[in-house]
Amino acid sequence: MNTQTPSAAGRLPFTLGGALAGFRACVPVALGVAVYGVLYGLLARQKGLSLVEAQSMSLLVFAGASQLIALDLWSRDLPVVSLIATTFIVNLRHVLMGAALSPQLLRLSPGRAFGSLFFMTDESWALTLARYADDRRRGLVSDGAFLIGAGIAVYVFWNLSTALGHVLVRGLDDPARYGLDFAFTAVFTALLVGLRPRRSDALPLIVATGAALLTARLCPGKWYILAGALAGGLTAALSHAPVASEPEIR
Amino acid sequence: MSPLATALLTILGMALATYVSRAAGLLLMRRMTPGPRTERFMRAIPGAILASIIAPSALTAGPAEIIATTATALAAWRYRNLPLAMLVGVAVVFGLRQFMG
Repeated sequence: MNTQTPSAAGRLPFTLGGALAGFRACVPVALGVAVYGVLYGLLARQKGLSLVEAQSMSLLVFAGASQLIALDLWSRDLPVVSLIATTFIVNLRHVLMGAALSPQLLRLSPGRAFGSLFFMTDESWALTLARYADDRRRGLVSDGAFLIGAGIAVYVFWNLSTALGHVLVRGLDDPARYGLDFAFTAVFTALLVGLRPRRSDALPLIVATGAALLTARLCPGKWYILAGALAGGLTAALSHAPVASEPEIR
Repeated sequence: MSPLATALLTILGMALATYVSRAAGLLLMRRMTPGPRTERFMRAIPGAILASIIAPSALTAGPAEIIATTATALAAWRYRNLPLAMLVGVAVVFGLRQFMG
């Protein structure tokens, strides 16, 4: 990977077919996201946000966890600074996610790469990562448009469900009653299995899990993801395992 | 400023903060050539993020969730089909919660 400078590696294809593949792969997950979009729209109305305000947030911010947390902070005298600062902190995990996709993103034009990143959510990121890992194992050339296709699937469902929740839905059962809250845990579990961790990955994964559990107990919000990711990454960085036992096929 | 204008400007600020977080990882990686340590760090990040996302809801929510996570992992390993694994997880957790409260 040291030698993977953008020019040396060459550009990745960025096709409509790749975007459609990402879109299709993400639809089942986006349906799960829509359950929370309805919930967000409904809560936003109860909190006094107009449809324009609630929808602008879904269109522009497009980040479920931080939008729900923002509703919690929303009040008559808007705490502008803490809303913006909290949003940034809740989304810090995206920094590591974007970095993890950089081997592929660096091989796209900056416009395509930074455009795709606008649509990156936990769900579309994880699906794209799994797809690229799979491509690499099979020796296939990845399509750079997969990320934006998957992201747009989430974007469409998130925004339609926001409107639906705000305008139509007058009451919503707790998603947990139908086990729907577990859909995300299930998806991310399946994607973790799909990464096919090797024996040398065990220690970083265990440390990440431990750090995440501890942080989740101590701090509210999504800090546990960032804490676990950093702990796992540092464990791997400090270990003496040989780098890249898997040859990179590109 | 009208309340709506304030709200929309706040939302714009939140949008900017979110986009910066989404773009920052690539911006950083454009500027550096990773050494072996950074490379090991970056290689471990995807798995570590996924494990961290699921850890609280999979392991500390209760026995139903632990069993459902195990079932999901087995289904994903055996069938390599994401929607199917998702259905298995939701169905198992839904079924078990009927009995376990």
